Parts: sequence; C-alpha cells; structure tokens
Amino acid sequence: MDNELKELYQQVILDHNKSPRNYGKPENYNHFAEGYNPLCGDHVDVYIKVENGIVEDVRFEGSGCAISKSSASLMTSIVKGKKVEEAEKLFDNFHDLVTGKLDDEAVISEMGKLAVFQGVRDFPARVKCASLPWHTMKSALHDEATKITSEP
Amino acid sequence: MNNIKANNNKTDNLRTVITDTSGYDVKRIRKDFPILHTTVHGKPLVYFDNAATTHKPLAVIEKTRKYYEETNSNIHRGVHFLSQKATNEYEEVREKVRGFINAKSHKEIIFTRGATEAINLVASTFGRMNIGEGDEIIISHMEHHSNIVPWQMLAEEKNAIVKVIPINDHGELEMDKLPGLITDRTKLVSIVHVSNSLGTVNPVKEIIDLAHSKGIPVLVDGSQSIQHLKIDVRALDCEFFVFSGHKLYGPTGIGVLYGKEDILDSMPPYQGGGDMIAAVSFERTIYNELPFKFEAGTPNIVGTIGLGTAIDYITSVGIEKIAAYEKQLCDYGAEKFAPIPKFRPIGTAKDKVSVFSFILAGIHPHDIGTILDFEGIAIRTGHHCTQPVMKRFNIPATARVSLAMYNTKEEIDHFVHAINKVFEVFS
Repeated sequence: MDNELKELYQQVILDHNKSPRNYGKPENYNHFAEGYNPLCGDHVDVYIKVENGIVEDVRFEGSGCAISKSSASLMTSIVKGKKVEEAEKLFDNFHDLVTGKLDDEAVISEMGKLAVFQGVRDFPARVKCASLPWHTMKSALHDEATKITSEP
Repeated sequence: MNNIKANNNKTDNLRTVITDTSGYDVKRIRKDFPILHTTVHGKPLVYFDNAATTHKPLAVIEKTRKYYEETNSNIHRGVHFLSQKATNEYEEVREKVRGFINAKSHKEIIFTRGATEAINLVASTFGRMNIGEGDEIIISHMEHHSNIVPWQMLAEEKNAIVKVIPINDHGELEMDKLPGLITDRTKLVSIVHVSNSLGTVNPVKEIIDLAHSKGIPVLVDGSQSIQHLKIDVRALDCEFFVFSGHKLYGPTGIGVLYGKEDILDSMPPYQGGGDMIAAVSFERTIYNELPFKFEAGTPNIVGTIGLGTAIDYITSVGIEKIAAYEKQLCDYGAEKFAPIPKFRPIGTAKDKVSVFSFILAGIHPHDIGTILDFEGIAIRTGHHCTQPVMKRFNIPATARVSLAMYNTKEEIDHFVHAINKVFEVFS
C-alpha cells in the first residue's frame, strides 16, 4: 500500500472501523446531537450523559466511512470519564490535528491514540469525515442545534 | 395550455440502438484529450467521473485560447471589426446547437450558465406564469436536485404541489403509475432523460405523448443524455430541453435551454439588463426578440464558442458511433464488475447508459474512492445530488463509475484489478 494511504488507514483506525466501541443508543443520557455531512450523506448521533461536569457516558450511532466511524469510536473511548472542559480542549486539539494546524509533538503525544488521525491532514476531502463526530459531540455538550454539519 | 398537441403516432421512445463501431478509433480519440495523459499519485489517470464533467479535447482548449488571442470583444453592440467577429462566432454556435438537437429555429436556443440555470429560468418565467395555487408539477424519484428544488421553490411560492413518479428496484420509472398522477391540475411534467446516479434511460417519448394527450407540456433534463444519445427535440416534441456544455466535452459555465418558439415567446423575461431589451426609457421598456429576451448581460461568450467547437468535435466522430462504442463499454463493464466480491449494483435498468453505481458490502464508498484514487482512478462517491434515490435504495451513498467516449476496456480491467486494493485495506 502507498505510504500516504497507510498513514490514513492505520491499523487502529481499521480496527475501530471493524469493531466500533460505544456503539448504540444508551438508556440514560442528558445531551444529544445529530451530525450530518451533506456532501457524503454520513450521519452520526451522539448521546452523552454528563454529571457534575464529568462525561459519565458517551455513545454513538449512525452510518459513515471508516474514517468517521473510527473517529467516533475513538472519540467516545477517550472522552469518557473526562471533564467537559477537557473534552472541549480535546475537540480543539483534534480539529487542529486533522487540519494540519497542530505540530507540537508534545501535545500530539498527549492525545494518545487520537494521533492516528494525523494522516487525515493530507486528505482535505476526508477532514470532514474525521471531524463530524467531534462537531456533533461539541454540539451535544452545548445542546445547540439538534442537527449540525461539520466544517473543517 | 392550449398549444400542446397530442401526437397520434406510435410511441417507440426513439431508441434505435446502433451497434456499428466501425472506424471508431479510441486510441486516436484519446490523443485528442491532453489530460488523459497525466498521472495521478504516480499512476496513469483513469478518469471514470464523466457524469460529473467530461474532459475537453485539444480543439476546444485551443479555440478558447485563440478566441482571447484573436477575437476577444463584447458582442451584439460594437461596430468595430472584433466585435462583429465575436458576434458572428457566438451566433454561429447557436446555429450549431440548433442543428445538433434538431430544433426548428435558432430563436429556440437560449444560452444559460448550465442545465440548472435553464431549469430555474423555466420555473421562474413559465412556471410563475402558468402554475398557481393547487396546481401540480410532476417530476420523478430519480431527478437530480436541480430538477427538484426549483419546482419546490415555485410550489412553496404558489402553494402548488410537486408529485413524484416512483421508481422500482431496478431504478426504472414505474410508468404504470404515471396516468394516475396526472390530473386536470397538472401544469407541467419535468423529467430527467438519463439518470446521473442510476444510468437509467427513461422512456421520455412515451411520457411526452401521454402528457400531450392531456395538454400538458414537458421539460426534459438532458444533462446526462446529450453526450450519450442522439437528441432530436422535434421528434421528441418536448416543450423544453436543457443541458450543460461541460458534460458534452465543452467548457463549464455554458448550457442550453431549448424551448418551442411560441412558448418562449409567451414567457416573460428571466433577468433584466442589457441585450435583452429593444428600447429602454424610464416610463417603459420594450423587450428584445427571441432568443435575446432571455440573455440579459454579457453572456459567457468564450464558453459558448468552446461549446461550438465541442459540438464540431462530437459531430466529426459521430454521436451514433460514440453511443455504439459506449454501449460496448457498458456491456463489458457489466460483465467484468458482476463477479467482484460483495459488489451490489445500484441501477440495473434494462435501458441504461455507461453509468455504474455500486456499493461494496461493509465498505463505505468514500473509502473506496480514496483508495482507488491512489491507483490513479477517479470515481465519484456520495449521493450524486440525488438524495431521494439513495433513500429509495436505503443507502447513504454509492460509488459511481461513469464512462465516456475516450474510456477503454483496458481501463475497466485496471479498475477491476484495483478494487483488490480496497479489499486488501479492509480485509
């Protein structure tokens, strides 16, 4: 496989695509948003349970490509248990990572597994795939619109 | 509409499929398209996104350049040499388009920005004039958004109703449902000739004859038929026919609205401005005659002239030869794609052009598109501006291969081979 393509479809991404974590609508949640990418028809529903400023639970449902599905899966895995502010900070960092604005290695390594999405920055057409679940999560945390679209 | 006449001739949909490709030299044709010899990610380009736009032959590229080098001027106003030359070239194209689709008069050829603008023009003028509260417009389930939204906008404005001809699992119109949709409130049928996402060739002649038997005018969206089929608007007898130049190997930003002269004549202007007037005073403006009434402002002169050259090019090869060659490609593609594992074609109409929409079970079209791109293959992925079609088949998107006159069987083989890379990544 071409190196650039390998950077995009890393093993972690393929694994989360195949077996997404935190998939399915939970019984209890107090924040929700629906994300939709009109360009490709991908959509993701994000359900969050916030208690005392902590993301107690976060799950997702929807259909999308390998990049968006694995992004949602990794996002939910990493955000769970974090403070709302921490989740929002991660949103900012993730956004900068996939749009190629983040090159501080220390910050990237702090992001743990999310760093696998760095390859997306070389695929402008795919940035929205990776960022859709994050935009949806942010919207859910703020309970803004119920249906949002991703802008890189 | 009292000027719509029923046609008592037998309907045959004017589909005579020609199979003779003798003298068709695809190698020579490929030489005429410079971009086909570029590489993408280090691989020779295989361009399979022709339903989105087609590439331009060298003749069109050179003509465009030559126009700016030797002719550039505004049209219809100047007395000077260059303006006259530009006007002549521009108007010669109108005549070329007339001949290409066999319209009766050059007055029936209106240049627009594309098929989308042509439909909007009809909705804004003919539509506003003839469609009122409670009236009905019939479209189909396989329309491009450009033949849905303008009618919805009109319906919202006028409190009119948009009705939809359903499609079956093959992506064919359910023609038996059409008579039941037509009522005495039906004011227009606006129908796509060939579906951009399914490849289906619709029986437009049958639809036109049925509509005419009830006095209903018909608009045919020819965006995906003009480059694949011989179009004869007089034989079709449609009231309107629209297409875009860039899907016909011409430049972007130029399209055509064909309309029957008496109907165009009865319609109010679309936009106001220069060129569309005969005389202007602050008290009153007298509109120009056809076709200028609908061409306000300086038009896309170079685009029009480029389109003329594209039509010359297609005519020199022969649209029937192109259709026959593409039919061979279509049959070859269908045969080669079918055995691909997990391959599910979307759009399996009996009568179709060389457009293959498909999904691979468990693999999203976007991922297929990215991986094939690294093999040099350009395909389209997504909903193709036909979201109702996606919903009909209960899928978010498809991958689409759409072939043109310069594609080859070898490229199809390469595609089939390259699909293995997709399975390698998602093993």
